[in-house]
Amino acid sequence: MREIGTSLAGALILFFARFITAVRGRWDGVAPADEQRIYFANHASHGDFVLIWTVLPRRMRSTTRPVAGSDYWLKNRLRRFIGCDVFNAVLIDRDPATRTRDPIVQMTEALDAGASLIVFPEGTRNTTEAPLLPFRSGLFHLAQARPNVALVPVWIDNLNRVMPKGEFVPVPLICTVSFGAALSSAEGETKQDFLARAQAALLALSPKASAP
Amino acid sequence: MTMPHPHLVAVLGGLLAVLIVASAIGYRLQRRLSPDGSNAVIENLNDRIRAWWVMVVLMGLALIGGKTGVTVLFAFCSFAALREFITLTNTRRADHWALAAGFFVVLPVQYYLIWIDWYGLYSIFIPVYAFLLMPIVAALRGDTDHFLVRIAEVQWALMICVFCTSHVPALLSLDIPGYQGRNVLLIAFLVIVVQMSDVLQYVWGKLLGRTKIAPRLSPSKTVEGFLGGALSATAVGAALSWMTPFSPLQAAFLALAIVLMGFFGGLVMSAIKRDRGIKDWGQLIAGHGGFLDRLDSVVFSAPIFFHLVRYGWSTT
Repeated sequence: MREIGTSLAGALILFFARFITAVRGRWDGVAPADEQRIYFANHASHGDFVLIWTVLPRRMRSTTRPVAGSDYWLKNRLRRFIGCDVFNAVLIDRDPATRTRDPIVQMTEALDAGASLIVFPEGTRNTTEAPLLPFRSGLFHLAQARPNVALVPVWIDNLNRVMPKGEFVPVPLICTVSFGAALSSAEGETKQDFLARAQAALLALSPKASAP
Repeated sequence: MTMPHPHLVAVLGGLLAVLIVASAIGYRLQRRLSPDGSNAVIENLNDRIRAWWVMVVLMGLALIGGKTGVTVLFAFCSFAALREFITLTNTRRADHWALAAGFFVVLPVQYYLIWIDWYGLYSIFIPVYAFLLMPIVAALRGDTDHFLVRIAEVQWALMICVFCTSHVPALLSLDIPGYQGRNVLLIAFLVIVVQMSDVLQYVWGKLLGRTKIAPRLSPSKTVEGFLGGALSATAVGAALSWMTPFSPLQAAFLALAIVLMGFFGGLVMSAIKRDRGIKDWGQLIAGHGGFLDRLDSVVFSAPIFFHLVRYGWSTT
């Protein structure tokens, strides 16, 4: 019964995401192949991982888990249902003062269980005019802990205009999700260098970066 | 549900026959010239033929479904077109409520008015009411940056994508003596003439095209293609007079009006695309770009066709 509920809710969310955004996936850098990956994306809206999930081929959806803040997704029963049951999110506590578990350990456990991850290295939703906020160090530690998992940059375009922070009615606009080439692992790279490289790889996928 | 009119059955049967022939030719060409999918022209042709199938089947179902079917189909087309158009505008956060109102209030109300045949209101709802109310909603948010540009873009988007497009289902509300129950054939006439004009301009342009007609707007359009396409599409319109309330000469005149509006509408929409630095409005339909790429000529010809027929033939 619960399984029917979650797959029905998943189908509904997919339909809604397509209806509002007509989202297209652009697999320019990597093929939509069924291998283990860490997708790292820009974060402007709570719908971000929904869009990535929508453009993934069906068989990859069940093994790809978003990493999200527990403060938001455990707030009420509906969010808990969508976050935990439908999307099977890895919920992390973003506040170092209250947390009981290390987020990096939670993520590596999910990777070791065979899942792919969707992470937002900016740590919070970007509501500024800048295209990206400075990356937090989590991505670096994750890459250090599991160097064999491909790190794929994913640029989500336009969703911030569909649903700006604080609005609750979406405006239908066409969104694209671009997948770039996996980052090559560079041993011995410093944290700053690695994060700068990851940030540049993500930013290069933005249509505004390639426009004259 | 009543049976579809025999003329509608004949039109849809004819379209299916044309598509079957086109698919067969496309298949033969692909086998001979592009077996490995390397010939871009052939691949594009076959993509287009496949998209034609989808369009003809959807249009056919809508026309058989009568007023409700046609209204719902074009309301959806308006929605998709507006989504493509607004994506390319300069709208900002402060326009959020105005835009949401455009999609979820103005669009459904316009099509509801069409559906209940309220000519007096649907013909002014967007040009008067939306025109005045939308900037008020935007102004209340207090962001004055590019204000005129933003509200003008939203109004233009609504006029093109909702108001003009809704004149296709509005054809069903015309009351033409001796033509009752056949109004869906006016839609078929409009859409066939517009689309044949596009195809024939393409064919004539490929065969004879030399002189570019508007090199900065649309480098593929030529004087020869335009003249050949316009004249032969006018002839197609005259030949289709049996499904309309018009004489062959009248049908030719209306077809010419449709073709001219469609052609220049295409140029206007190209100018907007150039300005925004894009080639197609979207990627919804393989081989055809977005909804607006297919709809642009219908959008410009529908209101003119509607008013010409209303003035000349309708009693309402």
